[in-house]
Amino acid sequence: MSVIVRDPGLETTVQDTGRLGYYSIGFPPSGALDSFAYHVGNALVGNEPGAAGLEAVYLGPTLEFTQDTVIAVTGADIPAFVDDAEIPTWESVAVPAGSVLSFGQLRAGARPYVAVAGGIDVPLYYGSRSTYTLVGIGGFQGRALRAGDELPFGSLARDPRAGRRVDDADIPSHPSTAEVHLLVGLHSYRLTEDSLARFTDTEWKVTPDANRVGYRFRGAELEFVPREQPFGAGSDPANVTDCGYPVGSVQVPGGVEPIVLLQDAVTGGGYATLGTVVSVDRDRLAQTKTGDRTRFVPVDLDGALEVRRDRLAALDRIRSALAS
Amino acid sequence: MASHKITSRTPGVFYHRPSPDADPYVTTGASVAEGDTVGLVEVMKTFHEVKADAAGTVSAFLVENEDEVTIGQDLVELET
Repeated sequence: MSVIVRDPGLETTVQDTGRLGYYSIGFPPSGALDSFAYHVGNALVGNEPGAAGLEAVYLGPTLEFTQDTVIAVTGADIPAFVDDAEIPTWESVAVPAGSVLSFGQLRAGARPYVAVAGGIDVPLYYGSRSTYTLVGIGGFQGRALRAGDELPFGSLARDPRAGRRVDDADIPSHPSTAEVHLLVGLHSYRLTEDSLARFTDTEWKVTPDANRVGYRFRGAELEFVPREQPFGAGSDPANVTDCGYPVGSVQVPGGVEPIVLLQDAVTGGGYATLGTVVSVDRDRLAQTKTGDRTRFVPVDLDGALEVRRDRLAALDRIRSALAS
Repeated sequence: MASHKITSRTPGVFYHRPSPDADPYVTTGASVAEGDTVGLVEVMKTFHEVKADAAGTVSAFLVENEDEVTIGQDLVELET
């Protein structure tokens, strides 16, 4: 009735839709970074939406199943094997008791997801099973998985079935240059006009400092408009008086190496926010890896809402098709 | 003698030694057994050991200490 971790990979955590509603008291949401891959995984195995699954990065885990179940691998493009036979990804697969899921070398993307019929049953913490490793809460004992961990299956299976498959056209490709939409603001006025244009013209390279907290990029230097700093902002021109940071917001400490804050990030502080990545495009960011490139494509608020509406409509359509 | 290349399984920064003031894991001419650690790749502030996936003699390092590497990039060449 469980999955046993034989090898955890690099950093594999239990994640769900996230711990929503506590941002105002300083609690980031956590949850699957690639929300699309996570939701489709649940739909493939016939789970209730919101059942917890596993998120890995770069190196897939090796997992043993102690009873017959149905699984689906989504997200990054990576070869997956059950007992050494390759299995299709973006498709639900029956796995027998005692079988072992393992992964080969990542081909594209960064984060594979594993959905299991019923979900992973760890205690709910403030309404979520998502792991927030920085403070050690949620998920499995508040941490990334280790060899020997045993995760019980949950009871959120609605209609587990093998052989459900996502249409090829709906499987995201993971180009080595990702394009994400950026809603410019709140403090974009702090950059010179040239620098703001440079920010959206540059293909930024993902540095090795790219994890669930945030992604740090390299590629250009940006200049701030000189000013006399207001009370409380400190002397660094990259600083403003403290404010809340939207998830997905972009800041540039020192004018070099912009950072996009993700689901495990600090919720507020004093760096100027140049813009915010549209929520559904964090899925794309989550599938870029160190050495990949990212372009930030500016949109206005209507454009941002349209991107979100279209992407969520596509997810709904895929979920309905898989449920029928 | 055949040559074999040990590749990186993750992107990140390659290190020849376990810490800045330690000796390198291996040097050119050293013999390694399968499973021996030959370097480290740092990514996401975690360190992942690079293990030899064959036995042999180290003939060359194909990346410098602290170079950024990609998945599948050749790191160390062995004569097997």
